[in-house]
Amino acid sequence: MSKLSEDTMKEYEDRLPPALIQEIAASLPAGIAKDKLIKICDRVVETYQKARVNAGECVGLVSAESIGEPGTQMTLNTFHLAGVAEMNVTTGLPRIIEIFDARKEIKTPMMEIYLKSPHNQLEQVKKFATKIKETLLGDLVSEYALDIFNQCLAITFNSALLADYGLSTADLIKLMKTKLKGFVVENTAGSITLIQKGKPEEIKALYNLKEKIRLVKVRGLKGIKQVLPVKRDEEYIILTSGSNLKDVLDLAEVDGTRTFCNDVHETLAVLGVEAARSLIIREVFRVIEEQGLNIDIRHIMLVADIMCVSGLMKGITRYGVVSEKASVLARASFETPIKHIINAALEGEIDYLTSVVENVMINQPVPLGTGLPGLVTKMR
Amino acid sequence: MADVYLNSRYLGVVENIQAFVEDVKDLRRKGSLSEDVNIFADDRAKEVHLFTDEGRARRPLIVVRDGKSLLTEKQLQQLAQGELSWHDLIRQGVIEYLDAAEEENALIAYDEADLTLEHTHAEISSGVISGITTALVPFANYAPSSRIIIGSKNQKQALGFYASNYHIRMDMDANILHYPQLPLVKTKIHDVVDYAEHPSGQNMVVAVMCYDGYNMEDGVILNKGSVERGLARSTYLRPMGIEELRYSGGLVDEISVPDKDVKGYRTEHDYRHLEGDGIVSPEAKVQEGDVIIGRTSPPRFLSGLDEYNLSAATRRESSVILKHGEHGVADLVIITENEEGNRLVQVRLREERIPEIGDKFTSRHGQKGVTGILVPPQDVPFSVSGIVPDLIFTPHGISSRMTISHLIEIVGGKVGALNGRFVDGTLFEAETEESLRQELQGLGFRDDGTEVFYDGRTGKQMLARIYVGNMYYLRLRHMVGNKMQSRARGPIQLLTRQPTEGKAKEGGLRLGEMEKDTLIAHGASLLLKERFDSDRVTVPVCVKSGLLGYFDARSNKLISPVFGEDSQLSYVEMSYAFKLLMDELLSLGIYPQLELENKY
Repeated sequence: MSKLSEDTMKEYEDRLPPALIQEIAASLPAGIAKDKLIKICDRVVETYQKARVNAGECVGLVSAESIGEPGTQMTLNTFHLAGVAEMNVTTGLPRIIEIFDARKEIKTPMMEIYLKSPHNQLEQVKKFATKIKETLLGDLVSEYALDIFNQCLAITFNSALLADYGLSTADLIKLMKTKLKGFVVENTAGSITLIQKGKPEEIKALYNLKEKIRLVKVRGLKGIKQVLPVKRDEEYIILTSGSNLKDVLDLAEVDGTRTFCNDVHETLAVLGVEAARSLIIREVFRVIEEQGLNIDIRHIMLVADIMCVSGLMKGITRYGVVSEKASVLARASFETPIKHIINAALEGEIDYLTSVVENVMINQPVPLGTGLPGLVTKMR
Repeated sequence: MADVYLNSRYLGVVENIQAFVEDVKDLRRKGSLSEDVNIFADDRAKEVHLFTDEGRARRPLIVVRDGKSLLTEKQLQQLAQGELSWHDLIRQGVIEYLDAAEEENALIAYDEADLTLEHTHAEISSGVISGITTALVPFANYAPSSRIIIGSKNQKQALGFYASNYHIRMDMDANILHYPQLPLVKTKIHDVVDYAEHPSGQNMVVAVMCYDGYNMEDGVILNKGSVERGLARSTYLRPMGIEELRYSGGLVDEISVPDKDVKGYRTEHDYRHLEGDGIVSPEAKVQEGDVIIGRTSPPRFLSGLDEYNLSAATRRESSVILKHGEHGVADLVIITENEEGNRLVQVRLREERIPEIGDKFTSRHGQKGVTGILVPPQDVPFSVSGIVPDLIFTPHGISSRMTISHLIEIVGGKVGALNGRFVDGTLFEAETEESLRQELQGLGFRDDGTEVFYDGRTGKQMLARIYVGNMYYLRLRHMVGNKMQSRARGPIQLLTRQPTEGKAKEGGLRLGEMEKDTLIAHGASLLLKERFDSDRVTVPVCVKSGLLGYFDARSNKLISPVFGEDSQLSYVEMSYAFKLLMDELLSLGIYPQLELENKY
């Protein structure tokens, strides 16, 4: 772009966002005349101004209606495709409610793990998947045999499974020796025997041992309950049920720029509030598209913004966003009115009547639209 | 070995289930046991249940033995000649009633042709799988079951001739159809239930077509000429009664024209229809607000102080007054006594209901619709032969609901009307479409039921042939006359000063939470304020204390509840509901303080 054009464009910096200026610059023909460029820019400014939301437009309410109305048409049960490998993930209205409420415990936590270039082929991905899957000793056992006379517990492992995982009996013995104190671990034919050291106590200790052994972690990351390698475009990715974003991102093979988990709170803790906001938008929009509905993404962005402005995650509930409202009357009119009124009375709260609900209650014009402008001239 | 229960109560044990059950059945068929006994063997639970109690739904079936029906050709002939009755067949064990439990042990053939050695019973007719009202739907096997159910439910709401002694009855909300007819297309069940004694519809000429969109979205169009000649006209009857109650102390109500010094006396004009006995004269035309039965009651709760109060000693007015929207003609007056020996006066109001826009009509196939327009007779489309439809039904109602039975009834009705006979539309046994078509062709009409039509307004021939025929149409009891209501100003609630709710109270239609949101979304907040002005009040507010004050008319001053006259008070406009909230907060011990500032 010529120096002249560049200078001309600079004048518009305070009137247009940088992204738009770049877009204009990219699409300009070479050697454009200055007056033509000014004409183009003026038209862009005009269109941009027209596209902006007017002052006094109640965007929140429009968003609420725009999401709420199609929400009534959403089907509760989701569709399943037969024969396609997929994870059981909550979708539809329950998922949207879960996100907007900012639930701490979501129904089906899951992750999509992308791997860096050499690792994203089928064989490597499969290997990687078994590596990160949380495997407990209990998953590998085919039989527990409690020997009351000899005060020992014999464990038979599923040899086929062991082969799949690339584990040997020796590995397991080693693992058990480190994890379990007070027991002698012996390798008998086809099984591992655990004998209690010292005096023979009640069998209760052996029962407890059995429960304990089941939960001994053999390998993998905590919380990754299931893994499923799936082809996405040209590469293979891993879908997991259960999530552990922090540990997954620590692994060298993982492409941290694209990997994500569907737990908003976990994302907030690991990646920060901006990531959590994008996740809300992405997840809600995905559900809406899945249902074949058409909601402008800006409505969802607004909701996500409201949930994240404080830097924390606030749900659209009486404990979250609503509790932040300035007006006592507005809070009282939502849920648990007595609680709010009594607390307001104790603190001597003042309601400045700056928003919608409280003004509807006392029958004053709401400060929006036609109710916004006031008289400029002072009455004498 | 199995437990035996009689009406779910343990009775004892039997060794061989099958032998026991067969014994009981045999005894029942022979007549040694009552025909009301049913037996059910539960093989898996090793239980045998005998039922003799009342309230079980039971249905008759033909007994089958060794794959052969016990009902013989000879018996059928005897039945036809009246030598044998239904009860004889039951006594002979040819027909028996099964309840839901015993049906579990039976294998029932729909048709005699289906019989195998395993069958235990056969249906008397395959059509009996439906109930009585459902069986009144003709050609029911040509429509989805959901529609047949809707159709049978609609018939229960139809106006008809519900009782032949209706004119001396005092039924609540009774409707009587003028000139009710038997359906031209009927089922065998119509004969069985003596439908001719209580018909509830009329045979109308129905054209399936559009007419300027007045029948879109399940509308129907009525021919005004037909309506003026009495089509679907009905009478609405509603009784209202009152008693002379007795109170403690020998005081009684009195039915009479109230004296003018009675407490709560209405205007003389309101009592104009009353005769000397205090009851309306029959055939008087009464409007809302008119007194139907005049009554006075003794004074209420005479307390010590009231003895000095002259007005308290007088009797109270407690007449029957017509409420908002009620009107009619006093039809029948009955003076009698109730169980307690109190004098009871009942007056029945009569009102002629001529079909109007908004009244509901239906065929018997779940094809209900609301009148969209009454077309002047000269504008109604007509056929080559000059036939004019009474009702125009929309073709769009058929495609999605798939009520083919509705279409077949049109042909059937046409054949019936032209040939002067009834057409049989019994479930599974109806006359075939082919035979009806042939008959129609033989009568000189197109076999598909369509005819060339002309537009009544322009006289031009219509591009398409119109499907036209006769159908049994029912007028349903949902009439706009009972439902329509509007209000501008009117009564308000005492507590909130907001308009009352509901038609009976001449109430308004609530502009609710979500409707409020739509106005805000459009930024129309001043309009919204106007909408919510129904309970607007202007109250003086004490500037110092922030509490609501009041106007003292004696001193002509505004009084603050805290500072008395030593404060400045300003008038503030707010909703009464908010004023109420402030008062309620005060009663909770919370001090709601209003801080005032200049509006400008």
